[in-house]
Amino acid sequence: MSVLDLTSIEELDRPPIDIRRVDPDVVRTYLGGAVASFAATWLICFQLTSMSGWVGFTAIFALVTLILVWVLAYLQWGRVLAADHAARVLIGMTAAIAVAPLVWIVATVAARGWHALSIAFWTKDLRFAGPQDPFDAGGVAHSIVGTLEVVGIAMLISVPLGVTSAVFLNEIGGSLARLVRMLTDAMSAVPSIVAGLFVFAVFIQSDMLPQSGFAAAIALSLLMLPTITRTTEVVLRLVPGGLREASLALGGSEWRTTRNVVLPTARAGIVTAVILGIARVIGETAPLILTMLGAQIFNANPFSTDKQDALPLFVWNQVKLATGSEGVALQRAWSGAFVLMVLVLALFVAARLLGTGRTRQRSSRRHERSMRARRVRTVHPEKERP
Amino acid sequence: MTDSDASGEHVIQVVTHRSRGDRLYRSVVRSAGASTLVLMLAIGVFLTFRAAPAFRHAGWSFFTETAWTPTPTGGRFGVAALLLGTALIAAVAMVIAIPVAIGTALFISEYSPSWLRRPLTSLIDLLAAIPSLIFGIWGATVLQGKVVHVSKFLHDHFGWFPPFRVSTVAIDGVDAAPTLGDYAASTFLAGIVVALMVLPLATAVMREVFAQAPAGEKEGALALGGTRWGVIRNVVLPFGRGGIVGGSMLALGRALGETVAVALIINPRTDVHDLLQILRSAGNSIAALIANGWAEGLEGMTLNAMMAAGLVLFGVTLVVNTFASVVVARSRSGGATEI
Repeated sequence: MSVLDLTSIEELDRPPIDIRRVDPDVVRTYLGGAVASFAATWLICFQLTSMSGWVGFTAIFALVTLILVWVLAYLQWGRVLAADHAARVLIGMTAAIAVAPLVWIVATVAARGWHALSIAFWTKDLRFAGPQDPFDAGGVAHSIVGTLEVVGIAMLISVPLGVTSAVFLNEIGGSLARLVRMLTDAMSAVPSIVAGLFVFAVFIQSDMLPQSGFAAAIALSLLMLPTITRTTEVVLRLVPGGLREASLALGGSEWRTTRNVVLPTARAGIVTAVILGIARVIGETAPLILTMLGAQIFNANPFSTDKQDALPLFVWNQVKLATGSEGVALQRAWSGAFVLMVLVLALFVAARLLGTGRTRQRSSRRHERSMRARRVRTVHPEKERP
Repeated sequence: MTDSDASGEHVIQVVTHRSRGDRLYRSVVRSAGASTLVLMLAIGVFLTFRAAPAFRHAGWSFFTETAWTPTPTGGRFGVAALLLGTALIAAVAMVIAIPVAIGTALFISEYSPSWLRRPLTSLIDLLAAIPSLIFGIWGATVLQGKVVHVSKFLHDHFGWFPPFRVSTVAIDGVDAAPTLGDYAASTFLAGIVVALMVLPLATAVMREVFAQAPAGEKEGALALGGTRWGVIRNVVLPFGRGGIVGGSMLALGRALGETVAVALIINPRTDVHDLLQILRSAGNSIAALIANGWAEGLEGMTLNAMMAAGLVLFGVTLVVNTFASVVVARSRSGGATEI
C-alpha cells in the first residue's frame, strides 16, 4: 500500500468549482426555513397568543427563521457551516432593520403631509388660523421665510469661519491644530439644546439680543461650524501636494497658493461641505425653541423684537397644539414636516451628486486608462500574426 | 548662503522670510482655528456662570435630588432622576443600535454585492439626515401604535424581568392589568427612536474600521478553510474592536443629548420607581425637560436650574465623546491591532 492515495488524485479531474455559483441546496435551506418560519410565526401569533401588530409578527418571524436556518444547515452540513449560514441570515436581517425605518418614515411623512401641496399652504401665515379652523386657512409662508433667513445668516457666520479653520488645520497644522481638531470633534457632538442654552445665556439673558431669528442663527452656526470644518478639511487633504509646491516654487506666497490653487481645486468639495452643514441644521428644533420661540404672524426681520417663526418651530408648535391623533393642527404639523423632509432630501441628493461628480470623473479616467491598456493587448497579437 | 561646518563639508542653508502678507494670512487663519477653542471654552464658562446660583442654592443635593420643582425664588430641584432617565433611554437605544450597527456594517463591508454597497451606504447616511423632529412625530404617532403591542408582549411573557414590570394603580389591593395606554410614551419607545437616530453614526464608524481589516489575514483564514463567518469572527471583529467600542461611544454621546424626538415622545415623570419600569408610560431626559419646560419669560432660579441641567448634559456628553474620539483615533491608526 503506497503512501500516496491515488483515488484522491483522480478527484482532481472533476470540473473546477465555480465559487460564485449559488448552491441550490443553500437556496432551498433558506427558502424552506423562511416558509416554515412563516407558518410557525402565524401559529404563535394568531393561534397560541393574542399578539397583534405586524412589528411583533416580523420580529418573531425573523427570530424563528434564524433558528430554522441554523437547524436545517446543521442537519445537512454540521456545526461550522450552520454557524456560517445563520450569521449570514442574521447580518442580512440587521441591514434590513437599518433600512426599513427610513422607508417607513419617508412613506409616512409623504402620505400624511401631501396636503402641503396646496397654494394656500405656501402663501398664508397662521394669523387667522387656529387649531379648529380648516386646513386652508393658514400655512407656512412665515416659517419658510424665517427658515431661509436663519439658515442664511448661520451660513454667513459659519462658512467663512469653518473654511478658514479647515485651511488652518490642513495648510498650517502644528500642535494647536491637533487640539483644534479634537475640539471640533467634541463640538460636533455638543447637544443642539446646549447650543441654544449658550446663546440664550450669552446674548438674550444679557439683553444684547431679543429672542429672534438672529439669535437662532448664531445657535445654528455653532452647530454648523464643526460639520463644515471637518468636511472641508477632508477635502483640502485631497488636493495634491504637488500643486501647492508648484505654486510656491513659482514664487507664490502661502496666501496666494491657498487662494488661487488650493481653494479653487477643492471648490466642489467645499460646496458639498456647506450643503452638509445646511442639512445638519435645517431641521434643528431644540435651539430654536430656546432662542426664537416662534410666531403665527409673518415677520421678515430677523433682528426685530417681534417674534419670528421657522419651519421646525411651526411643526413643533402645531404638534404641541394637537390633541389626539387627528385634527387640523396635526395635519399642519405633518405638512410642515413634509416640506422640511423634501428640503433635507434635496440637500442630501445635491451633496451626493457633487460628491460623486468628482469620483465619476476619476473613474472615467481610470476607465480610459484600462481601455487603452486593453487596446494594446488586443493590437499586439494581430501585429505578430502576419 | 553657503556655510562650512566643522568637517569642512559645505552645507547649504536656505533661509526664507515670510512676507508680511503671509504673516497676516497665518495669523488670521490661526485665529479662525482658535475660535473653536474659544467657543468651546465660552460654552462651558457661560453655562457655569448662569448655573452658579442654582448650584449654590441646591448644593450637592443637586446630584441626589429627584424632584424637579424649581420656582423663581428657589424650590427643590435636582438631576438625579433626569440623569437616570437620560441614561435609561440611552441604554435602550444602545442595546438596540449596537448589534444592528455591527450587523449593518458587516453586511456592507463583507456580504453586500459591490453594486449594492454605495446605495446602501447612502441610504444609511440619509437616515442620519432626517431631522430629529420628524423622528419625534413619527415615533409619537405612528411607531407608538406598533410598539405598545411589543411592550405588552414583553410584559406578558417576560414580566419577571424587573425592567419589564409595569405597576398600575391597585384596585382592592390587586394591580389592575395594564391597558395598552399604559405602554404609550414610554422610555422603551423613546429608546427605540433614539436608536434609529444614532444608528447611522455608529454604522459609519464601524464600517470604516471593518473595511481596514487586513486583507492578507482574511485571505489566509479563507485559504485555511475558514467560512466567511469564521473570517469575520477571527479577523474582522478582533481587528475592528476599537471601531466597535468607539462607534458605540460616539452613538452614546448623541443618544444622551437627543432632544426633540424624546421631548415629543416621552410622558415626563421624575419618579425613580416609575422610571425604572422602561415599558411604562413614564420617563424623562435632561434635554427633553429643557425643551418641554421652556417658555417665554422664564426667570430667576427656574432658569438657573435649567442652565445647571444643561451644563451637566454638556459635561457628560463632552466626556463620553472625547473618550470615544480617542478610541476611534487609536483604532484608525492601527493602535488596536495586536499581532
